[in-house]
Amino acid sequence: MTDAADVDHELRVSKIRNGTVIDHVAGGGALTVLAILGIDGSTGAVVSVGMNVPSDRLGRKDVVKVEDRELSQEEVDVISLIAPAATINIVREYDVVEKHRVERPGTVEGVLSCPNHSCITAAAEPVTSRFAVLDDGVRCVYCETIVREDLAAYIDV
Amino acid sequence: MDHDHVISTRELSRAAIERVLDRAAEIAADPGAVADRHADRVLGLCFFEPSTRTRMSFEAAIKRLGGDAIDMGGVDSSSVTKGESLADTVRVLSGYADALVLRHPSEGAARMASEFVSVPLINAGDGAGQHPSQTLLDLYSMREFAGGLDGLTVGIMGDLKYGRTVHSLAAALTEFDARQHFVSPESLRLPRGVRYDLHESGARVREHESLEGVLGELDVLYVTRIQRERFPDENEYRKVAGEYRIDAATLEDARAECVVLHPLPRVDEIAPDVDDTPHAAYFEQAHNGVPVRMALLDLLFDGANGGNGEQSPIGSAGGGRDR
Repeated sequence: MTDAADVDHELRVSKIRNGTVIDHVAGGGALTVLAILGIDGSTGAVVSVGMNVPSDRLGRKDVVKVEDRELSQEEVDVISLIAPAATINIVREYDVVEKHRVERPGTVEGVLSCPNHSCITAAAEPVTSRFAVLDDGVRCVYCETIVREDLAAYIDV
Repeated sequence: MDHDHVISTRELSRAAIERVLDRAAEIAADPGAVADRHADRVLGLCFFEPSTRTRMSFEAAIKRLGGDAIDMGGVDSSSVTKGESLADTVRVLSGYADALVLRHPSEGAARMASEFVSVPLINAGDGAGQHPSQTLLDLYSMREFAGGLDGLTVGIMGDLKYGRTVHSLAAALTEFDARQHFVSPESLRLPRGVRYDLHESGARVREHESLEGVLGELDVLYVTRIQRERFPDENEYRKVAGEYRIDAATLEDARAECVVLHPLPRVDEIAPDVDDTPHAAYFEQAHNGVPVRMALLDLLFDGANGGNGEQSPIGSAGGGRDR
């Protein structure tokens, strides 16, 4: 299916040479994706953002292009929690060499910290945080606390 | 390494619960039959928080099975004061004992500890998390005093937010055809995680701010303590705690068969005059801690011996985490 809006979008945000394009983020989600990636403007990373771009699939979508960086699986897993429809495009020398939809993992490990201060993962113990992914949030495998809102605030990568 | 841990009632199936309760009934009926059953076993007691009933009933249970207990002692006298991690502590102690019982102030402590041990581990309370062996004796008591678990209407009152016995009990009751009424002040309602599980299980639950209006429907009233430290000031605590206190006069509106349970210790949420009413069952409930914990240990040790080789008899199958 041709996505005319995507073509239109390409006119707005230029192609990148090397890096990652995170496409089909629900409209308004780009800032959270940037937060997940730890991009706040101070790191020097070259980043292009399209927000509320018309999209056949989502109505409105956001697009994030990060130059000279290929996302890790852990980062993609966390993005999947807030942008389940996202596609990840890895670009090398202007060509998309990998393109795949995010898949919500069964668990995410080491990327979120538990908001419960009494959780054992907040103590000085040799344990990595682990969350089970629910339909609409995540749950700490250790203390069973459920997190739904503001996941980006608990990202630890 | 194939064995069970008992960490959360969320992982206990109806069949597993009934296996423990049935075994407990057999043991209670003829304790002499198991007096030497685990003569070679040592149970390690690791309590990082105060405990009287849980610690002593586990100790009584292993001794009545012919085994023995070793006790870490208070935190003050252990190497924890030297800064040793919980992970290291339980890893070492699991080499001294055939099973460990752990109480710790942090939620999730037992789950984490189970990843570092080579023997079955029983969660005896992890902060405001879970207390599964208490639930087993609660269910045993309900079955004994209220005649069964299916068809029961259970009221659970008090500190539902931080009460680990409440969280464990609520999850376990979803395995049975029981109706649950939760009675608490707004600020101490069930936490989101427990609420989520109840919803997912399709359990029949309702929440109330007052016991009035629901008391007359209850087969069981499970009362828990509202703790002073949960409130910013003394006045607020007194006001709230007073509203969730029952006495003999309160129970005049209860069904004649309504059984009052409490995990103990009580402070003043159940007035002493309730003790003399036919509703009071909390002391017998506490006594049930020994046969129920004997049954739990018996099944865990049998599982550790190999059991049927396929299915774990109770709890969550462990064996250390891949790392």
